[in-house]
Amino acid sequence: MSDEAIIKSAGVETEEVPAKEKGPEKTRARKAGGRPADDGRLHPLVELTMARIREFMREPEVVFWVFAFPILLVCALGIAFRNTGPEKIPVAVERSDTRGAQAEELFKALSNSADVQPTLLSPAEAAQALRSGKVVLVVRPPGGSDASAAAAGLPASPVYRYDPARPESKQARLAVDDALQRGAGRADVVRASDETFTEPGARYIDFLIPGLLGMNLMGSGLWGVGFAVVNARTKKLLKRFAATPMRRSHYLLSFVFSRLIFLVLEVAVVIAFAYFAFGFRVRGSWLEMAFLLLLGSMTFAGIGLLIAARPKTIEGVSGLMNLVMMPMWLLSGTFFSSARFPDFLQPFIKALPLTALNDSLRTVMNDGASVTTSGLAVLVLLAWCVVTFAAALKVFRWQ
Amino acid sequence: MLGRNRPRKRLRVSFSTMANDTTTSRPSAVALRCEGLVKQYPDVRAVDGIDLEVRSGECFGILGPNGAGKTTTVEIFEGLTEPDGGTVEVLGQRWGDGDDLALRNRFGVQLQETQLAEKLTVTETIKLFRSFYTRGRDIESIISLVELEEKRDSRVGKLSGGQKQRLALACALAGDPELLFLDEPTTGLDPQARLKLWDIVEQFRAQGGSIVLTTHYMEEASRLCDRVGVMDHGRVIALDTPAKLIESLGADQIVEFSVRGEMDEQGLENLPGVRGVRATGAGYALTVTDIGAALPALLALIGRQRAEMLSLTTHQATLEDVFVSLTGRMLRDV
Repeated sequence: MSDEAIIKSAGVETEEVPAKEKGPEKTRARKAGGRPADDGRLHPLVELTMARIREFMREPEVVFWVFAFPILLVCALGIAFRNTGPEKIPVAVERSDTRGAQAEELFKALSNSADVQPTLLSPAEAAQALRSGKVVLVVRPPGGSDASAAAAGLPASPVYRYDPARPESKQARLAVDDALQRGAGRADVVRASDETFTEPGARYIDFLIPGLLGMNLMGSGLWGVGFAVVNARTKKLLKRFAATPMRRSHYLLSFVFSRLIFLVLEVAVVIAFAYFAFGFRVRGSWLEMAFLLLLGSMTFAGIGLLIAARPKTIEGVSGLMNLVMMPMWLLSGTFFSSARFPDFLQPFIKALPLTALNDSLRTVMNDGASVTTSGLAVLVLLAWCVVTFAAALKVFRWQ
Repeated sequence: MLGRNRPRKRLRVSFSTMANDTTTSRPSAVALRCEGLVKQYPDVRAVDGIDLEVRSGECFGILGPNGAGKTTTVEIFEGLTEPDGGTVEVLGQRWGDGDDLALRNRFGVQLQETQLAEKLTVTETIKLFRSFYTRGRDIESIISLVELEEKRDSRVGKLSGGQKQRLALACALAGDPELLFLDEPTTGLDPQARLKLWDIVEQFRAQGGSIVLTTHYMEEASRLCDRVGVMDHGRVIALDTPAKLIESLGADQIVEFSVRGEMDEQGLENLPGVRGVRATGAGYALTVTDIGAALPALLALIGRQRAEMLSLTTHQATLEDVFVSLTGRMLRDV
């Protein structure tokens, strides 16, 4: 250490003289630092990784999509789906000229209900509102739908029009019927009381955060690796590297290492924001969460490398990326549970790496369960990781 | 030519010669040798049987038009392209025979059309390349060698064409190579940038380095190269020093002229001091040994035939004329 210091200070004296003639302050300051010793060179893997990180951080658009965009998404979805207590269900009451009074009566009875929000609409308006989803159920006042029925003197009973495939409509039918029966004087046979509470980790935002982390890792892993590799190939930079004594494994490993560094940043930004803005809490072990994120990140780096192993143009790799990511965007349960898809699709959906990552992250982050309970998902991720890396190394094209 | 006879300055050259002698027992006087080199692509035979020997400390030029197979040949030398036939020996070692990475450690490469990462700075780029080599110069001396001191902190994307090319050269020199491959190093550069690059190449040669260079600029070949191989359609059609190649034309002046009306070619050939006649697009080109005798005779002949002269130029014979006389085409035509 002390020897180096002496050499460096000696360097200052000898280099000052020519530097003065040369001009700019900057040059002089640099030269005064002395020439670094030959063995001061960094390991190629370190240099390659640093180059990756520098290139990434100097691309403002990329930084936006990776860091700022997920926060905007958390913000927008967190606000849109915030828990404001159960909302009243919108229903319509048909008011035609012949049955105006009956309609007013029904409207009044429904207005007293805590569960439904009635509106008076003409039959045409009501049909339109039902079709477009503004209301989920239409009540037709008693007296039948046409004059002949009225003339026949049918018993006065209201009709409910709704689509039974919509869960809200069924709920509306129960609530409307209940309100009308009570209004007509029905008494409850059994009196029950409510006990309400909020399960921690059960809000939509709690469901959303792990999925968003997973989707973000997929996007940045695939694009970060795939785009950079194909870009270097089109610019003949890969060929140029291949002409040096650089170890090819170092080049590929530099992507893995730079991904790890970005992983920490990406995850920290989203979790910290959700923590402060929405009170999001990780219920399980942080260590296990870190393990899953690491594994997921490596898996997507591997998939990115495999996708980028051959294409010669940015357009080519973009198409492949979208082809690979599209099914996972749709099916892997980022924004809603993948359990909603039909059973015959489930084995396929479960085999997708993003599903495996999202599901296992949720068991740790939301349910507070151990990672061992999602052993199958971890195996799926591991398999994808190993297979894609091995295949990428085998088929990778340098020119 | 001067540089070749200069004593070698640095110790490493003699170290590497020693290594050569003990490990491969090849004569150290040869930097590169290839025999019967063939590369067949689906649509074209890019390299069609090439034998070459590049001596240590020599600057060897491969001159030819675009598509002659120069780049393919050099990329086979560099171990980037697998030949379909023949053998290559670089610095006494064959590709795949020993430690290829150790061999790559000993030569530097500048490829045609490489675009270095635009977001990195000059210093960062050189440091990156330097890190690949187990030996080499320090970063500062490389930067000053290629005169990029003022641009050290500039992003690569902001450099001019000449500066980018000098940076590419810096990356090739980062490992302090014994041998340098330059593939059309000055294509697309303005004359001043070209001169600057030539200076750096000459410095490298003066310090004992060997160079293999491809170009389609005859000035570049004449100025930098000790010997030149003229390449066309995948073959070497002539190989000698630039001076000897020009001498082989048997003439030192070229007279080009055009006239309105027909000229008698037989009459042109019989003129005193004229060695050859070639019809060009617009007129004729004469290879001339004695311009003092040929020119008045030519003017007299045109007068006798009552033809009207439209243009007349003469110039010293160059490598371009050598190429034209060998192939009937201009270097930059193709």
